[in-house]
Amino acid sequence: MSETKKVLRIKSLYDLPREELFISGHGLCPGCTAGTIMRMLTKVTGKDTIVVNATGCVEVSTTRYPYSNWLIPWLHSAFENSGASASGIVAAIKAMKRKGIMDKDKDVKVVVVAGDGGTVDIGLQSLSGMLERKDPVMYVLYDNEAYMNTGIQRSGSTPHGAWTTTTPAGKVWRGEWRDKKDIAGIAAAHHIPYVATANPAYPMDMINKFARGLEVLNEGPSFIQVLMACTTGWRFDPALGITISRLATETGIFPIYEIDHGNFRVTFPIMKRKPVKEYLKLQGRFAHLTDEEINEIQKMVDQKVETINKMAGKTVIGPVG
Amino acid sequence: MALETVKKAIPLSTNHAIANAVKDLDVDVISAYPITPQTTVVEKISEFIAKGELDAEYIHVESEHSALSAAISASLTGARAFTATASQGFALMHEMLHIASGLRAPLVMSVAMRSLSAPISIWNDQSDLFNARDSGWIILFAHTAQEAYDTIIQAYKIAEDQNVLLPVMVGYDGYVMSHTIEPVITESREKVIKFAPKKQYPYKLDPDKPVSIGAITPPEYYYEFKYQQVNAVNNSLPTIEKVDEEFGKTFGRSYGLMECYMCEDAEALIMTNASYASTLKAFLPDIRKEGIKVGLLRVRLYRPFPLQKFIEYTSDKKTILVIDRAISYGAPFQGPLANEISGAIVREGLKLNLISVVAGIGQRTVEYEDFLALARLAYEGKKHKETIFYGVRE
Repeated sequence: MSETKKVLRIKSLYDLPREELFISGHGLCPGCTAGTIMRMLTKVTGKDTIVVNATGCVEVSTTRYPYSNWLIPWLHSAFENSGASASGIVAAIKAMKRKGIMDKDKDVKVVVVAGDGGTVDIGLQSLSGMLERKDPVMYVLYDNEAYMNTGIQRSGSTPHGAWTTTTPAGKVWRGEWRDKKDIAGIAAAHHIPYVATANPAYPMDMINKFARGLEVLNEGPSFIQVLMACTTGWRFDPALGITISRLATETGIFPIYEIDHGNFRVTFPIMKRKPVKEYLKLQGRFAHLTDEEINEIQKMVDQKVETINKMAGKTVIGPVG
Repeated sequence: MALETVKKAIPLSTNHAIANAVKDLDVDVISAYPITPQTTVVEKISEFIAKGELDAEYIHVESEHSALSAAISASLTGARAFTATASQGFALMHEMLHIASGLRAPLVMSVAMRSLSAPISIWNDQSDLFNARDSGWIILFAHTAQEAYDTIIQAYKIAEDQNVLLPVMVGYDGYVMSHTIEPVITESREKVIKFAPKKQYPYKLDPDKPVSIGAITPPEYYYEFKYQQVNAVNNSLPTIEKVDEEFGKTFGRSYGLMECYMCEDAEALIMTNASYASTLKAFLPDIRKEGIKVGLLRVRLYRPFPLQKFIEYTSDKKTILVIDRAISYGAPFQGPLANEISGAIVREGLKLNLISVVAGIGQRTVEYEDFLALARLAYEGKKHKETIFYGVRE
């Protein structure tokens, strides 16, 4: 795989275009971080972009007929098929350019926006097909860690210990008992040019990952998993969305990294990690957890951090302190 | 004239005839997943692309659901898109069938009709297509390889007509047609494209004219969208008829919306489609020699149903025997087409005796003797309240 030269175009938020392509007036919950992510994303993609949106929060909240918050072409067809839908658009553009039906110099980017259910569960097969075919699509997963749109049911992306409406906490069940699926790892196993995890609490990092994700499209697909704190499903004060998002990275629960042409790099190293309790205690979905259960989660995170450090070849995320 | 026809025809299976039509139509995007007995369609198309005979993007999708999903989005981006399917794969794409018609994607799909699991059977019947009859597509059946080739060409002209904008599926019998070779006349690409020039989806995904496609639609609007589809399907009928007539003028072959064969002096009709229609056409002269005055009513256009043609052809008949190769379990008549015909009879107040027959399930062979027996049943014209499950061992 030929390496593209890395150019970070955006040094500060002032470098972002003023033009809004994802406009106000949507129906997302107050304090929802999905709106922030979409707004930043479209500022990076620019107007020559076609968005494929899987069924989910963003889809239902931004295109209630006869209104739309998207000033760029937008397609929603189903829940589990965003990868295939994006491939269809890419193929159409490629064929039409070659046959002179479409201007061959027109650079149109194809971007998928999908939630965790539409990506790690029902849409995994279609995503894998798209990644395996190396179709030039940037796939952005907004990961709110459950089926929020249908009422907070657990998904394969729900973290250990989280209450959801299908993993309620009681005497027998103590919230979700399985670990969150490593979707970025699954994407990376397709050996695509660029995989990253991002967090809107670190906007410059997130924005530059979007930029990089678009930059590699001449070589193949990119996959970016963005943590999306959900005030409704995670049960927190709507003012705390970004605070909680930041804590996810500061505690090592959601490290932000990139795998650029196979090169792994944690983009926000944390030398002194905060205890997971600081993250958990702000969220109602973890309110049932005992100190013992929280310690268990701490141990799991410690282990995950160890793996990350091994991958980095040095300590990029330090101990709790 | 006849000699010239023989000269021009080449031996093709229906699957290969369809692949040739796709090539001659200069389709831009093919998105498909292999499933028996559709496979040789997509193999042949792949070969055309590999050899440079067709310039198209072939998307090797990982499932039939993705096959139709990608064909839909390609079509909505402005490309001419095609997919082909059968049986389980067709069932897997069921969700997307409704989305294709709801988004008004002008794409074309061929269906090598096959039975449905369980128990698994790779052989022919029509359970797959009849399972999808209410998905808002235009549905046509072909009864020869030639008709399949011609109908795929007609299908694009119909689908892309700016007053239609609906997906079209063309059904034919798996194995019995998909894998048997018949003489087929193919046309030059120039002639085919002149007949069916590419017309893009008018609201395509284009950054210069951004649109949101597939928005969530609240109760205040949803019903009207669905009613637009009702009108779109119904109003497509004259276009379908006109396209077939124009095809006849251009290429010398046309089929009508419904065909009545050895019809005029018949007292009873056997209503069937696809390979049963072509088989019955071959048998009818011999059946007539037995003094059994029956004709064939061949279903070509199934959605929208050409009711006026049906009334016209049955107006002086006593009995219609409908052969279904699919089962509508527990329905008043257990053949789906028979059920619909009973509705047509009630709606129009026709004095027509309806006999419902289910046959050929999982490719249980229906031979000359069987068609003769069914023709006799129709000609006798007795009342049969229950659906007859012909040829089953009880």
